[in-house]
Amino acid sequence: MNNKKNTADWGKYQKEIADDNYYYARSCIRQNFFPGSERTFLKILTQELGKTIYDDQNHTSCTGIGYHTDIVPFETSQTVVARQFSLVGDAGLENMAVSCVTSFGLYNEIVETWKEFPETEAKARENLKKATGREFQIPKNIAHTSDIIYKFREEIWNKRKYSLTNSLTGKPLKIVDHIGCHYAKVFPEKGVGGAEFPKVLSGMVKSWGGEIVDYPERRHCCGFGFRQYLVKANRGYSLSNTKKKLESMAPFQPDAIVANCPGCAMFMDKWQYVLSQMEGKTYGEAKLGIPVLTYEEMAGLVLGYNPWDMGLQMHQVDCEPLLKKMGYDYDPQAKYIGVDGKQIGLKTPVVML
Amino acid sequence: MELYNQLKSDVRFIEGLKSCMNCGVCTAICPAAEFFDYDPRVLMSVIQSKDNTQIEELLKSDTIWNCGQCMSCKTRCPRGNCPGLIISVLRKLSQEMGYFTESKKGRQQYAIVKAIGKTMLEHGYCVYPEIVVPAAHPEQGPVWEWVFNNKEAVYDRLGANLAMEGAGTLRKIATKNLAEIKAIFDQTGGTELFETIENFSRKKAKGMGMMKEDGKMDNYTEGLMNG
Ligand code: SF4
Ligand code: SF4
Repeated sequence: MNNKKNTADWGKYQKEIADDNYYYARSCIRQNFFPGSERTFLKILTQELGKTIYDDQNHTSCTGIGYHTDIVPFETSQTVVARQFSLVGDAGLENMAVSCVTSFGLYNEIVETWKEFPETEAKARENLKKATGREFQIPKNIAHTSDIIYKFREEIWNKRKYSLTNSLTGKPLKIVDHIGCHYAKVFPEKGVGGAEFPKVLSGMVKSWGGEIVDYPERRHCCGFGFRQYLVKANRGYSLSNTKKKLESMAPFQPDAIVANCPGCAMFMDKWQYVLSQMEGKTYGEAKLGIPVLTYEEMAGLVLGYNPWDMGLQMHQVDCEPLLKKMGYDYDPQAKYIGVDGKQIGLKTPVVML
Repeated sequence: MELYNQLKSDVRFIEGLKSCMNCGVCTAICPAAEFFDYDPRVLMSVIQSKDNTQIEELLKSDTIWNCGQCMSCKTRCPRGNCPGLIISVLRKLSQEMGYFTESKKGRQQYAIVKAIGKTMLEHGYCVYPEIVVPAAHPEQGPVWEWVFNNKEAVYDRLGANLAMEGAGTLRKIATKNLAEIKAIFDQTGGTELFETIENFSRKKAKGMGMMKEDGKMDNYTEGLMNG
């Protein structure tokens, strides 16, 4: 085996991740289904790591879901993204921290298209100017928010309250990492570790005491499929893909799944419920489902944050068995309590089954 | 213009199809090929033939609507092609020509414009809690139903700024920002594409006897969503 060549190949996938001063680009799916993860990310960056990150009220969707469902032309997406780049400039910043994997993929696609076909960049500039009077610079650094947590994983570990271990056995928790397809499948050099050996999540898991589960369908898509989920008639596609993954990982008895794409995290959580309803099949060692975490939630757990501040009560698969395994100090009674100290809603929701 | 030449005028076509040797690696990795009657290798082959009749058939078929846009094919193709990207170009042309209404899956584009297109322009983001109605999304389960029914309290608990002015999660996007997005859509063909999809769909609904006298086509839309 030619090790020299391998090392050289690996070098291609050590992407540069900016150190500080980020512009936060929110995600359509994350803010709906994991609002607590956004809060957790901002808290970790500002309070734990002392970084500066700008949360801009003028930011909007990148149109990614519309683009990949083909109702938004490429020219429109390019110009909306150009507007976002213009907002980054307005904020006096050069580094983007992108929360959505679809957005991250689309930014990369657009910047690469502009490099390859300069006339498309010129057109986007002209369109943006005509429509809004704006001008823009391409940001110096575009990182996914999971890249940033990966970069500072040791700093987070140094501030830990918990590790990813089973407190009873002392053994590492077995974690499945799921990388959103658009993170590195189109442009492998834009992701930590490329498309073949993405390290972005496994690096966090290993640094924080957990163990990664390597299973046959590790790189398979969660099945979102854009139009395949959005149109009810096509949803079987999404479900079948997640089922394929769950079946493949089940023999390894994972304690949790972690995803860097908000859509993947949501689907792998919700489809477990559907499979339990449709087929009576419940995954996980204790047949309670496999909890699915965002990497922000996983980092927050390592830092000992209140799980109900991070939104773990919004998950369909109950995360409490995982908290118990970790020996986590938390208040189960506070799960459905609102800011006014009162129970939210007339009845508590059914978790998992 | 021949359809092939029309496809070629899109930069993504040049990026996505260098030359296909028909190896089928893309099909082997493709999740859509596994669950649907869909084969990206065949699709690439048809396009490479430059045969106008076959390309037209493709544009009028369910085939092009089966791709899930995961882009796994891009990573694996030994020639650096990307069938998923070619799909986007095919779908674009299918919509521009009105061919999408010839297939059941193509017709679904109308429902997507009504859901996602509308949300994007009204809320500034593609998804917003109020559109994920539990009755239409039973798969979201009882926890989502609880969130949905208690939106204000749940999002407030998690530090969001639901439908309010200022920064933060799920905030109300200021009118000036929505106006900029709308102006971009007007300038770049986004608004025109929505209208094109709508016009061809209305024509089709009428032809299928699914448009009421008042111009409403709820049954048509329902049918698209539920299959
Ligand atoms: S993997 Fe590439 S070369 Fe092989 S059939 Fe697919 S597109 Fe053609
Ligand atoms: S992008 Fe489409 S064609 Fe390519 S692997 Fe994914 S589903 Fe298949």
